[in-house]
Amino acid sequence: MATAIDDPRVVEFDVRTDEMLVNMGPQHPSTHGVLRLVLRTDGEIVSQTEPHIGYLHRCAEKIGENLTPRQWIPYTDRMDYLAGMSMNLGWALCVEKLLNHQISDKARHLRVIIAEMQRIASHLVGMGAYGLDLGTFSPFLYAFRERERILDLFEEACGARLTYSYLTPGGATADLPKGWLQKCSAFLDQFEPVIQEYHALLTNNAIFIKRTAGIGLLSPEMALDYGCTGPVLRGSGVDYDLRRDGEERYTEMYDGYAFEVICERKGHYPKDHSYPPVPKEAILGDCWHRFYVRMLEVVQAIDLVRQAIERYSTASGNWGEPIKLTAKLPKGEAYLETEAPRGQMGFYVISDGNSIPWRVRARSSCFCNLSVTHELCRGCLIADVPAIVGSLDIVMGEIDR
Amino acid sequence: MPSLPERLKAKFGAKITGSNLQAIDPWIEVAPSALVEVCQYLKTEPDLEFNLLNCISGVDFFEPDPKKAAKVTFEPHTEVVYHLSSVTKKHSLVVKVILPRWNNDTPGDLPEVPTVSGVWKTADWHEREVFDLSGVNFIGHPNLRRILCPEDWEGYPLRKDYEMPLEYHGMRGR
Repeated sequence: MATAIDDPRVVEFDVRTDEMLVNMGPQHPSTHGVLRLVLRTDGEIVSQTEPHIGYLHRCAEKIGENLTPRQWIPYTDRMDYLAGMSMNLGWALCVEKLLNHQISDKARHLRVIIAEMQRIASHLVGMGAYGLDLGTFSPFLYAFRERERILDLFEEACGARLTYSYLTPGGATADLPKGWLQKCSAFLDQFEPVIQEYHALLTNNAIFIKRTAGIGLLSPEMALDYGCTGPVLRGSGVDYDLRRDGEERYTEMYDGYAFEVICERKGHYPKDHSYPPVPKEAILGDCWHRFYVRMLEVVQAIDLVRQAIERYSTASGNWGEPIKLTAKLPKGEAYLETEAPRGQMGFYVISDGNSIPWRVRARSSCFCNLSVTHELCRGCLIADVPAIVGSLDIVMGEIDR
Repeated sequence: MPSLPERLKAKFGAKITGSNLQAIDPWIEVAPSALVEVCQYLKTEPDLEFNLLNCISGVDFFEPDPKKAAKVTFEPHTEVVYHLSSVTKKHSLVVKVILPRWNNDTPGDLPEVPTVSGVWKTADWHEREVFDLSGVNFIGHPNLRRILCPEDWEGYPLRKDYEMPLEYHGMRGR
């Protein structure tokens, strides 16, 4: 901990500094919404970080106690508003688990297409906004150029661009329109070569590497202790992805798909052959690795969507009818976690036999990922705080619910 | 190989107060006083290794409507539910603690349960959230303050008998 005033590495000898509390946020551009951080600083060194959250608390869980599961779907959209489809999917699967409802193969492949496209869109924002945090504007524009086309596709499928309410318990609200799959394939073919541009702009960029490599080290043990999941956990080298390791109700969606969990093995990542190598400054578990995992997950998602399109067009059966709006829920409780772009999103539903659940609970991935900030920021420079918080890729809507 | 609840019962005896293995997610019920001990065992035992605490939820069982209250089958109580899983062993377990709605039946006196933030650090924020929204006092918690609601908020919003305040700092509530 480099906070002692007589540490020759960090303090100029002729300057005496005092401890100071610096308030960052809740209206700070690099806090990704309304996060407030109170930093205890000594000169440029941060000795203590305390996140204050709750500015976007909308009582989603309390509202869920007064609505049927399908009526609550729009509220899940507004949790992680950059990955609304993934939130819909998590809640839909949780309710299906309680109802013991099986969906057709066709609906399953449709969900894979939609969920993985959403992962691409979400990671693009994560990448672009991370560039903004570190003071570069262009990657943001590049990312939004491509994200716009995904949103166009989603708009065609369900009519909304941000809050979709598309995947519901029982399947989806509508089938994909005619010609959608061709447009989606055309987008993927155009998008795949563009990824090289992102790597040229950020991953390979000497300044970017200087700002992120070796900063915000998170050990695998600490990551698990704090309940960090998703790219944050895999960026620390833990080989765990619910799409492969989760509950059967979730993994059966990806049954038969060929994919490898994006995680470092012996200095290499799967799918990194045509992308920049890991720079020698980077240490496993730092901001750079968390960023790189996301970038490779985009490539992996493209691969999964291509496989899903093929399966969807040959699958038999219906795309899945939504359950009745006021369907009675059996007495009991069910908890299910899914791999959303930002980590494991869990939903918990308790029913007393009515069509309105007794209690609903959302376990937010960003909530746990953010709780580790004070450990990551201890002893770093003030300028590194946005780099560390940005690398966790938080969305306040999901933290505060 | 005995099942996990049987094993726990053999080790902890009467401290495991109940279980339901037929439920969708099998759960065990632990006496509040033994919670930390059981959790520590679940985390450190080499073949169990529950190293990830997924979620802590507070659930209030109470029917405020007197007409409906005559029909409900449960006694009023508060549950704290811990969802655990193991990243290495790829299994999961649900641990429940059943508490009275109010300690000593005195409204305002929060039910008490020992903190598990010494076992999993992620419990720190989760317990703050349960304290904030469901009103459970986690004994031994390092920093038990409200997390989502403002610090001067009154009441515990996820309790079934909660009523929105009429006024908060000059803002109309209802």
